[in-house]
Amino acid sequence: MSDVQDYASSLSDAKSRKFETFSYLPEMSEEQIRAQVAYIVSKGWNPAIEHCEPENAFSNYWYMWKLPMFGETDVDRILGEADACHKAHPGNHVRLIGYDNYAQSQGASMVVYRGTIKV
Amino acid sequence: MAKTYNAGVKEYRETYWMPDYVPKETDLLACFKIVPQAGVPREEAAAAVAAESSTGTWTTVWTDLLTDLDHYKGRAYSIEDVPGDDEAFYAFIAYPIDLFEEGSVVNVFTSLVGNVFGFKAVRSLRLEDVRFPIAYVMTCNGPPHGIQVERDIMNKYGRPLLGCTIKPKLGLSAKNYGRAVYECLRGGLDFTKDDENVNSQPFMRWRQRFDFVMEAIHKAEAETGERKGHYLNVTAPTPEEMYKRAEYAKEIGAPIIMHDYITGGFTANTGLAQWCQNNGVLLHIHRAMHAVLDRNPRHGIHFRVLTKILRLSGGDHLHTGTVVGKLEGDREATLGWIDLLRESYIKEDRSRGIMFDQDWGAMPGVFAVASGGIHVWHMPALVSIFGDDAVLQFGGGTLGHPWGNAAGAAANRVALEACVQARNEGRELEKEGKDILTAAAQHSPELKAAMETWKEIKFEFDTVDKLDVAHR
Repeated sequence: MSDVQDYASSLSDAKSRKFETFSYLPEMSEEQIRAQVAYIVSKGWNPAIEHCEPENAFSNYWYMWKLPMFGETDVDRILGEADACHKAHPGNHVRLIGYDNYAQSQGASMVVYRGTIKV
Repeated sequence: MAKTYNAGVKEYRETYWMPDYVPKETDLLACFKIVPQAGVPREEAAAAVAAESSTGTWTTVWTDLLTDLDHYKGRAYSIEDVPGDDEAFYAFIAYPIDLFEEGSVVNVFTSLVGNVFGFKAVRSLRLEDVRFPIAYVMTCNGPPHGIQVERDIMNKYGRPLLGCTIKPKLGLSAKNYGRAVYECLRGGLDFTKDDENVNSQPFMRWRQRFDFVMEAIHKAEAETGERKGHYLNVTAPTPEEMYKRAEYAKEIGAPIIMHDYITGGFTANTGLAQWCQNNGVLLHIHRAMHAVLDRNPRHGIHFRVLTKILRLSGGDHLHTGTVVGKLEGDREATLGWIDLLRESYIKEDRSRGIMFDQDWGAMPGVFAVASGGIHVWHMPALVSIFGDDAVLQFGGGTLGHPWGNAAGAAANRVALEACVQARNEGRELEKEGKDILTAAAQHSPELKAAMETWKEIKFEFDTVDKLDVAHR
């Protein structure tokens, strides 16, 4: 059994908390996030920023950062809003959403700044 | 003008072959592949199928004259060669909408695939496609929730969902079964699933299974901070028993239950789907017995038709085959019925075997479920073929991981997210799959171990039911 690796995850270990899409990958670099923003723009989705204390992340409704950026296609401006939200709430998760108004759903949703997770 | 009664046998084509008929928007249209008995002309065989699947019987009866048979009859309106098959031909038949009870796929298919399939004048018969007019679609309840609502309930966006069928299929105790569920969910899967033949056997009665599985879900949710579910199979010997199990699942807070719509029956399925809508419980649909009906290229019912039946009868997920795994499924044909499940308007496309335009109006779409003999190496192809609105289910491909279910689940989750990330960056998954997975495995020992375990396994048998394409 020595070559079997334990799966380390528990209620008492805050690092076990995930936050849906891309949370099983390492934090993305700036370039990688930029590519995801460009994908949202290329799909014609409306970008939006939300944030939340990590311990309350299970709820449906995170705090909206301003309003969704309807029709915004400038990747730098979208990244700028995410950064501004992160600076205002450095301990929180900051989530980037691509609203698909035709499917009435979110085409994309990913945490781009990871907050400090407390138990 | 009134007709007179003449007893005796008429040729079907005198009444049911109408090559000049222009189908109405409200007609239900069917395309059959027919191999007639030797000596039976195509028009006669097509007309016979139209007659026997609608108003006709083998001889004229006096009561025919008490109604307007010309209004109610099915009409064979067109015949085409089948590419690649010199004996068979396609017959297109239009049925007036008045022939069918509203909201009843049971009634529609009792007509369309009833006695006619045993009819002696045809050697074999296959229902290739059916066009449901939007007027009929609107009478059906359809999926209880649909893709968009399920995403909101489960909080899953921008990627396919991940599942796993618990194995061994039969014989686990309820508590050990719940353990297997918990390990999968804490490792990163969204769903686990009862196998189709897990109902309520002596080794594990349904009630204990439901209880232990719910504890597994609750703990995995608290541990990972993500929403989880397990398809509790409520397929049962009687509708009463089925509803009893469904009610209990709701009572203990299960987000999703499951039903086998062909062995369980369309009546049971349609009722359960409505119950699910009324009670806010998602519905996963398995398709046991489908291959009995759909695998023979010359006889039976094509799976694209069974797909349409399910969308009308109701379900939030349906198994569609994987294209790449251990079970039968031609790629283009599979892409065709995936569209029929998920899109709101699907155009005729012979290259995918779709014979008619199909308008679903506002009827919600159904998640396509890819399950059977798939593992991490298939992930790039699966994400590319199925896109986001699918549940990718790795049974052996999760539970067979050398370090156990949680590690197997994490391996699949990392592989999935790496593929989605790469796709969004504009990379070609089916070409660059190996590089993408290898890079992702750098930071995931679970994925690395999974890739080493399943490296050599492939399923490369040829498909039995191929699309009809010209052979000369």
